[in-house]
Amino acid sequence: MQLESMYQEIILDHYKNPHGRGLREPFEAEVHHVNPTCGDEVTLRLHIENNAAGDAVVSDLSYEGMGCSISQASISAMYDLVLGKSVTEALATGEDFMTLMQAKGDPTVAEKLEDSLEDAVAFAGVSKYPARIKCALMSWMALKDASARALATTTPGGTS
Amino acid sequence: MTQTVSRPVGAHEPLPLDVEAIRADFPILTRTVRDGKRLVYLDSGATSQKPRSVLDAERWFYENVNAAPHRGAHALAEEATGAYEAARATIGGFIGAPDREIVFTRNTTEAINLVAYALSNAATAKEEEFRTYAVGEGDEIVVTEMEHHANLVPWQQLCERTGATLRWLGLTDDGRLDLSDLATVVNERTKLVAVTQQSNILGTINPLGDIIARAHEVGALVLVDGAQSVPHQPVDVTELGADFLVFSGHKMLGPTGVGVLWGRYKVLDKLPPFLTGGSMIEVVRMEASTFAAPPQRFEAGVPMTAQVIGLAAAVEYLQDLGMDRVEEHEKALTGYALQKLAEIPGVTVIGPPDTVARGGAVSFTVEGIHPHDVGQVLDDHGIAVRVGHHCAWPVVRRYGVPATTRATFYVHNGYDDIDALADGIRAAQKFFGTA
Repeated sequence: MQLESMYQEIILDHYKNPHGRGLREPFEAEVHHVNPTCGDEVTLRLHIENNAAGDAVVSDLSYEGMGCSISQASISAMYDLVLGKSVTEALATGEDFMTLMQAKGDPTVAEKLEDSLEDAVAFAGVSKYPARIKCALMSWMALKDASARALATTTPGGTS
Repeated sequence: MTQTVSRPVGAHEPLPLDVEAIRADFPILTRTVRDGKRLVYLDSGATSQKPRSVLDAERWFYENVNAAPHRGAHALAEEATGAYEAARATIGGFIGAPDREIVFTRNTTEAINLVAYALSNAATAKEEEFRTYAVGEGDEIVVTEMEHHANLVPWQQLCERTGATLRWLGLTDDGRLDLSDLATVVNERTKLVAVTQQSNILGTINPLGDIIARAHEVGALVLVDGAQSVPHQPVDVTELGADFLVFSGHKMLGPTGVGVLWGRYKVLDKLPPFLTGGSMIEVVRMEASTFAAPPQRFEAGVPMTAQVIGLAAAVEYLQDLGMDRVEEHEKALTGYALQKLAEIPGVTVIGPPDTVARGGAVSFTVEGIHPHDVGQVLDDHGIAVRVGHHCAWPVVRRYGVPATTRATFYVHNGYDDIDALADGIRAAQKFFGTA
């Protein structure tokens, strides 16, 4: 059975017990993304604050969503990964996740990204199933969108 | 296949069709998927598999006859025209229509768009007769909440282009059309009613007689979406009484890239063209052109000749089986599937719970498991189903589910396929720990 390669225990754990779920305030950007081929949905709110060095940092990421286990677990794993990171780092992590999704199951790609993606490297198995890649990527696309909007609406140096 | 494929199970009668013999006609059914699993194809509602005779017909055309029909005077051009027009007659005969009422399109979607654009083009046509069915402000188009996006979005767009109003008939909780307000929704302002004969997601077969009678009473045209009915039950346009019937070749064992618009000749004759260009013209001058009579008026450009010939072979294959028996076969499978699904705790069928006025599209949800995940486990067992909203988003919204898993049946399916489906659902429940 190949199923276990996609549905890693860690993914099912995130699906059953999502981290950081729920919509919270304050936030600078709220986006709604859907995966129109199957109806997966996420509403994502991003709250950023500037740190001492003047970098915008993800200080909260709150969300509601519905959809398959892959799409929903991906949001939860992303929450763990980007919370407290600078927006620049968070987006770079998103690029790494994109690379993982394009790996077609190549284990060497996953190995290289292990430090950057932590738990989220468990999604490596999804890259073998082209129909499910969009499910895993939806949350990261939403984050990218929300980051752009949040940065556009906040004044540099301010704390929103 | 060496296994017994159409065994009667329990109280179930032997199936009307010889599944084992039919499977031997479909080359793709000999392949395996996902580490050597037998392919259990339950996604004919999305697209059907093709018997060898259809593939052979296309190959025959390309190897022996290939030329552009209705052009040129050489031997191949004449033979290609003959083969193309003979196929038109065969396909027309399948639905009881004369060949001059058969228009070839790319698929059902294009056939519907053809009618929708003809109705808005009518409003600005310079020829008086082409304005007969013009749609404009104050007019209404009626659809139902059950429609595939292909029979909804083109009408929304027609209304946006013309200022007409879109209205619709709703659904009942048990997956039927709610006709309680038929007399008010379809009224003197209605120009066209577009309705599916068989729902691609619920399986419901609609009582078209009542709808068509009301539409004609108020002088409206009726377009019937036959994409899910023509492949699965006998359909005769004379008995149907509608003005248009549309369907796709690829869902009825035929090739992709060919669909059919049947239109009542006296209606087609008053419609302006949709796509314009070569072969649909009468006389072309630099300033302006006049158009050919139907069906050529609606077939601009070199047509999908090989696909039309492949579709005629598919029609002949279905005629050899007999559409009555195809319908009975699927009814038996549907009844068995509904029974097997009802035996699994946590499984809910979205759509009519029995086989009365119902076809072989069976949508269901599995408690605690998203349809995508159900589909993934089934796929791991070699079972191909469709998951998602099935291009009928308003329907899943109406029944309060995010999506469904859908199994659809055709001539090569047997009881063993449904047993595999039921086993696969139980495996999904075990895998996700919900049962």
